Amino acid sequence: MSFTVKKHADVTILEVEGTLIVGNRQELKQKVLEELEAGTRKVLVDFEHTTYIDSSGLGVLVSLAKKIRELGGDLRLANLNDDLQTLFELTKLDTLFQISESRERALESF
Amino acid sequence: MGLTALPLELEIPSDIGCIEGAVAQVIRRCEEAAFSRHHLLFHVPVALTEALSNAILRGNCEDATKSVRVRLVVDARLLVLEIEDDGSGFDLEACTADPTTPDNLGREDGRGLFLMRRLMDRVEQFRAHGNVVRLTLRHRSSDGRAA
Repeated sequence: MSFTVKKHADVTILEVEGTLIVGNRQELKQKVLEELEAGTRKVLVDFEHTTYIDSSGLGVLVSLAKKIRELGGDLRLANLNDDLQTLFELTKLDTLFQISESRERALESF
Repeated sequence: MGLTALPLELEIPSDIGCIEGAVAQVIRRCEEAAFSRHHLLFHVPVALTEALSNAILRGNCEDATKSVRVRLVVDARLLVLEIEDDGSGFDLEACTADPTTPDNLGREDGRGLFLMRRLMDRVEQFRAHGNVVRLTLRHRSSDGRAA
């Protein structure tokens, strides 16, 4: 698994390759916190190449969303496959996050 | 279990960095047993990751002198996983909160047992040599019937 940071205008995009689970969630959190420290306020997490997410991964997204909102920004999600969409629906986190079907749609939504 | 049931036993250190590799080994064995591919992409890895995470973080408190044992028996129709740690155990019912309530939705934690129970057909917890969580999943056809 790995995380890649990209920029599109004033949006920071984080690509999650592989898993987002208890063993690597702190790495994602640290990358986002570094971006916030550098002034980013719009964050998009792209799950196009993500295999699965566990409860710790969901938890870190909730925590980051809260932090970013406190700073006046927004965290949005894109490219959930059917299983990941099911995960967000089971936990009702689909009601907490703005989720787009593609990166392009998500970028347009900011 | 059918005639082609394949067992697997693993012992992993109390290190969350070892979870992904253990899950991958279990998935490979399930693939060899021709268990439902759909379940191997989502249900099994998520539920097993939750169980291992609980065992390492809560059961063994990341104590490097303790390990977690994983036992798998799987065939094309049925998967049974046991995850055993050296902790004192927990009350499965009392510890399973509903993370979807308005009060809990914004919490960072509290979704692990809930997910295990939603993704598996059966989740049990009992004492053996250590504390054991048993996960059971039956393969279903596309119309939802047990195979």
